[in-house]
Amino acid sequence: MKELLEGSMAVAEIVKLCKPGVISAYPITPQTHIVEELAQIVADGHLNAQFVNVESEHSAASVVLGAVATGVRAYTATSSQGLFYMAEVLYNIAGMRLPVIMTTAARAISAPINIWNDHQDVVSLRDAGWIQLHAEDIQEAVDLHLIAYRLGEDKSIMLPVMVCMDGFILTHGMETVDMPTQEQVDKFLPPYKAPYKLDVENPLTLGPLVDPEYYMEARYALNETHKEALALIPKLTAEFAKVFGRTYNGLVEGYQLKDAEKVIVAMGSVCGTIKEVIDELRAKGKKVGLLKITSLRPFPVNAIYDALKSSPKVAVIDRALSLGSFAPLSAEVKAVFFGKTKKPQNISSFVVGMGGRDITKDSIKEIFRLMNGKDKQTEFIDLKPELLKENYE
Amino acid sequence: MSKTLFAPGHTACAGCGQSMAARLVLDAAGPNTIIVNNTGCLEVFSTKYPESSWEVPFIHSLFENAAAVASGVESAIKYLGKADNINIIAQGGDGSSADIGLQALSGMLERGHNILYVCYDNEAYMNTGVQRSGLTPFDTNTTTSPAGIASIGNLRPKKPMPEIANAHGIPYVAVASSGFGQDLQRKVKKALSIKGPKYIQVHAPCPLGWRHETNLTIQVAKLAVETGLYPLIEYENGALSVRRQITPKPVEEYLKTQGRFKHLLNKPEEIKKIQDIADNNIKKYGLRAEAQGV
Repeated sequence: MKELLEGSMAVAEIVKLCKPGVISAYPITPQTHIVEELAQIVADGHLNAQFVNVESEHSAASVVLGAVATGVRAYTATSSQGLFYMAEVLYNIAGMRLPVIMTTAARAISAPINIWNDHQDVVSLRDAGWIQLHAEDIQEAVDLHLIAYRLGEDKSIMLPVMVCMDGFILTHGMETVDMPTQEQVDKFLPPYKAPYKLDVENPLTLGPLVDPEYYMEARYALNETHKEALALIPKLTAEFAKVFGRTYNGLVEGYQLKDAEKVIVAMGSVCGTIKEVIDELRAKGKKVGLLKITSLRPFPVNAIYDALKSSPKVAVIDRALSLGSFAPLSAEVKAVFFGKTKKPQNISSFVVGMGGRDITKDSIKEIFRLMNGKDKQTEFIDLKPELLKENYE
Repeated sequence: MSKTLFAPGHTACAGCGQSMAARLVLDAAGPNTIIVNNTGCLEVFSTKYPESSWEVPFIHSLFENAAAVASGVESAIKYLGKADNINIIAQGGDGSSADIGLQALSGMLERGHNILYVCYDNEAYMNTGVQRSGLTPFDTNTTTSPAGIASIGNLRPKKPMPEIANAHGIPYVAVASSGFGQDLQRKVKKALSIKGPKYIQVHAPCPLGWRHETNLTIQVAKLAVETGLYPLIEYENGALSVRRQITPKPVEEYLKTQGRFKHLLNKPEEIKKIQDIADNNIKKYGLRAEAQGV
């Protein structure tokens, strides 16, 4: 049924339909509406779940770890500093092969403290071992949660999945959403059957000490599973399309790529703005396109290669930094083409929209304009030079 | 001898007070028990892959989060409708319970989960090589509170963890000792018969860190109790209900058994300070055998 919904309400509703038995969270802006709504859903008896209010994000992640280890589907959500406070547990959850599903309302990081949207929090956690899926709009955020549970809980995968949605822009924005029915969700997402769990009938030791004889293989296996997830995601999205009627690739999405001479690569809600600009420029005969990356982890190397190998000029938009080095997404896109013969002539790197600075259509047009000359490296768009003058007197 | 649920063959040091206590705790709890363990000696010496001493379901996640992981396990068990049949025990050492894991423990106690938390108190970070913790006693020589010309050792007395746990308004708090095995098992059984969060702190000698002979573990543990330095007490619903009465021995008898206190033995003024700690305990908890029972 199509409804006008705030992003957070839509996520809470789809999580309810996924029937987690344990929900645990600690409040942080802009994640709060999601967990408030879920608390109300549980309080009203619309979902049979244990809602555990914890004293920190570290414990929120630990509670869902414990619940999934006991064989029960679980859910949590966080953002920014909360994600960082969870970080130790997040690596642990992935290493323990527990399919926890989490929403991250992507937000800037401190200092300076700033509650608005960029991708510095989620991109920093790219090596935690979690599958990381990025939503462009509220509908995609809803749908990615369904795919996340199916993917993470697949016996061949058994990995945690983070669904990233831009803080405020998607969590607090309103959109018409086609909310699936319980029947549809049940058809797509069977109850969680853990292949290993804490069970007094069949005692197992989880989380043992592993010495140099065995450790490397455990980490190797994690990395291999990410490759297997790359193959499984398109299969799941195809199955998803049959049940729900919406089609996603799940790894990347091309927009007006065919014949495009200039292509922007981006993640998240900015892709909507970029598509509008492309429509305007195409109407004027400009050959421009977009490659949206949905799956940051696993990183879809082959899909990116296929999509961009014939694009003359490419610009990668980062909403995060790797301080002291190349902007992270741009470095990874460039690595895709290292040593290849078919590749773009230019791959430029732009940083936009840090700490919630609006990314307007003009910002995107400026990037397309700057793609004319030489490669641009980590070039900031919409920077205010007048704020950069130092004065300690 | 009946079969233990904590299998031998693990790699604990000879005379380890914690391995003895852990076995007694688990055997008192029985097979319908899930163990959630912080990182520390116990987890390291009992779970080296591909072997495990645990004949019950066991999970170890991180150093400081056993109380929170156990909260998730308990919530899942409740969701599954099995809460009446399964004991959940979260456990860790003094560092992971009283220092880095205190926040998670406090959260677990405050939220009212039906979990028994056991803190094995060997009074320093033994797994990393005898560094000072919040439960290291006053004047103790550890690797990070060394005695020297300018220092007599650890500057502060033990953090009052049983009182901190009790202040959460939980139904049961007890202090036990590896030196009094039956008393420890009675407390575990009592705790598990009570619904809600419970806290038991077990004094667990560490021959390596305390520098005592490995055959003296039980004797050393008993002396800590008999001098008044480690009062065996129980709080039920907030009130002190039971304490083990003693005919107090001088603290020097306890101190002289261990290398960690060797630097104090020719310093009567320091021994006096430690005797004062014991005397205060004896008075505060009514430990002296001739005193009126509580």
